[in-house]
Amino acid sequence: MACKDCSNAVLEEARQIVKEVGSEPEKVIPLLQEIQKRHSYLPDDLVEAVADVMEVPASNIYGVATFYSQFRFTPMGKHLIKVCKGTACHVSGANLLTAAICDELDVEEGGTTEDMLFSLETVACLGCCSLAPVVMIDNKVYGKLTSSKVRKIVKEYKDGKH
Amino acid sequence: MENTRVFVGLGSCGIAAGAQDIYDYMDQELKSDNMDLEVTSCVGMCYAEPIVEIEHNGERRRYGYVDKKFADELIESVKTGEFSDKNLIALSDDGKKYLDRQVKIVLENCGIINPESIDEYINADGYKALAICIKEYKPEEIVSIVKESGLKGRGGAGFLTGLKWSFLAGAKGDYKYLVCNADEGDPGAFMDRSVLEGDPHKVIEGMLIAAYATGAKEGVIYCRAEYPLAIKRLGIAIAAGEEKNFIGDNIMGSDFSFHLHVKEGAGAFVCGEETALMASIEGKRGMPRLRPPFPANSGINKSPTNINNVETYGNVPFIILNGAGAFNKYAFKNSYGTKVFALAGKIKRGGLIEVPMGLTIREIVTEIGGGTSSGHPVKAVQMGGPAGGCIPERLFDTPIDYDSINETGAIMGSGGMVVMDDSTCMVDVARYFLAFTQNESCGKCTFCRIGTKRMLEILTRITEGNGVMEDLDKLEELAGHISKTSLCGLGQLAPNPVLTTIKYFREEYEAHIKDHKCPAGVCKSLITIQVIPDNCTGCTLCARVCPVGAIEGGRKKIHVIDPETCTRCGLCIEACNFNAIEVV
Repeated sequence: MACKDCSNAVLEEARQIVKEVGSEPEKVIPLLQEIQKRHSYLPDDLVEAVADVMEVPASNIYGVATFYSQFRFTPMGKHLIKVCKGTACHVSGANLLTAAICDELDVEEGGTTEDMLFSLETVACLGCCSLAPVVMIDNKVYGKLTSSKVRKIVKEYKDGKH
Repeated sequence: MENTRVFVGLGSCGIAAGAQDIYDYMDQELKSDNMDLEVTSCVGMCYAEPIVEIEHNGERRRYGYVDKKFADELIESVKTGEFSDKNLIALSDDGKKYLDRQVKIVLENCGIINPESIDEYINADGYKALAICIKEYKPEEIVSIVKESGLKGRGGAGFLTGLKWSFLAGAKGDYKYLVCNADEGDPGAFMDRSVLEGDPHKVIEGMLIAAYATGAKEGVIYCRAEYPLAIKRLGIAIAAGEEKNFIGDNIMGSDFSFHLHVKEGAGAFVCGEETALMASIEGKRGMPRLRPPFPANSGINKSPTNINNVETYGNVPFIILNGAGAFNKYAFKNSYGTKVFALAGKIKRGGLIEVPMGLTIREIVTEIGGGTSSGHPVKAVQMGGPAGGCIPERLFDTPIDYDSINETGAIMGSGGMVVMDDSTCMVDVARYFLAFTQNESCGKCTFCRIGTKRMLEILTRITEGNGVMEDLDKLEELAGHISKTSLCGLGQLAPNPVLTTIKYFREEYEAHIKDHKCPAGVCKSLITIQVIPDNCTGCTLCARVCPVGAIEGGRKKIHVIDPETCTRCGLCIEACNFNAIEVV
């Protein structure tokens, strides 16, 4: 099978995940979500090991994984910053927030800082339109932001205050 | 302290505005007096968050704009029993204007009850409609009542709900599915999130009634992963419903059984389309397929399936409890009942509103919403998200009903209503939406995949000042092809934002193309950012925030922006405290 290079530990984890979530075809997305919950991204060897355990080609699983924007294929920083790009945020200056964060952290949109502390993403809409523009850091939403406010918040995360 | 209850509104937007901090703070302060704070959700007055409500001797007072200092005053009030009238948002002039024109059917309990308590929902007549259905009605009678009410699908397409149910009820097959589409992907829309966070049981009860009426055995609520609080509260609600035997086998002692679970989406806008959504539930790539067969005949795992949106199900308990007449008395042309809108953008009072059909856009924007937040004239309202269009101010007397909105070129959509003022560039808005649909196109249909890309390229070059007048004809031609040859709504409606902006704001396109000017001062290639020497105090703030070092000038010297280096990000404009930087 595809996963001849996988370590025993990885195979063991794959078995555990499949046991927990299930191996029916409709469980592919929950399986991927579980892998990402554990590792913050989809490690190649674990995805292949899961495919192995499910006895399906890994390409089937990758076909699904690459379709959905939730899934990541590279490790994520400790904190995930999501800048909302919804309509209300767009017309309220979301681009300014992205520019300020990129400048503050020296990172590009979609990238991760070298110290692995932050990943920066933009998302379609967080549904907090009345507080536009908003940014979500980990699971906390910050609203009615300006570039200086968002810089201050990001600095607090840098200093380990959250 | 006796006969006093304190509620804090903990919806996602309230929490983002600081309501959780207020809750924790007040809880800490009142705990020593043996008082427990209570949780409710979004009451819809998002502009006044955080909101704290105090009930004293049966009278409820809703306070807005609560910060720590004001929380101290409220704590003192609770302890002494003497209440001030400060920031009483529901009774203020603003609040009255906001609330008076609204009719709350779906949002009736939102922000009033604790969404995590099934008992509070039951006390608010919850699950009574289900009990009536099981005890008094035959399934086909329920379908008739819903048909008679005139309820149409609130997800956007506006298909008659009762008729849709009759298809599933009449479909052959032992195992039928019922799906609640909570994959609210339209940017600028948050109705479904608020309803699920604020009153999950109402949606569940609507589904149960639909299941009883159609013979469905299993239900799936397909919810966006970006809505963690909604998913959490749905989970709590389903578990509580199972415990009380409203969900599961032999519901309320009858032979009606229905199982329900939540399925988390994984971030694909196209999954709001029903066949794509079903593919996603089956664990596949969320790509739409040709209809027929329609889901009612062949849906999830090829079994008969019915899909409705969150708000649609949320209307059902009211219709059963009060009769079709109580619902369709709110009527305008062929539309009945109410519609929930998420009012956002450049609006003074933004939030979640529910209005009867027939109210005009102007009444919503100026009376309920209070006009623009900037005080500048309102320019347009965007309805229906990426599939919708921009309605200009001169058409604001258009009433809210499916047909009238369609006539403008926009669509009712799921309820996003984003207000725009003169600082919004309509070409940029068209580009923004097309970039969104282009990115979200699943790639199955050629014109949707490539046509939207070509349209985006044209729009991009117009916003960069490189457009030619023929581009407008090309855009319209491509739009026609994309609409005609795409399989699903995403492609068919993708050109709408472009077509409506060309139709109503052609002069803005022409300004970009002929004069190389962006009248709203948004498109970066067409603007210059410069210091107004008379206003500059030489505070150096702009130079410090500039990420590319384009601003020169020492302390107390008038600063100068180098247009070659400047990336027009606008950070300096926002930072300047003296209005000394302008866009020309």
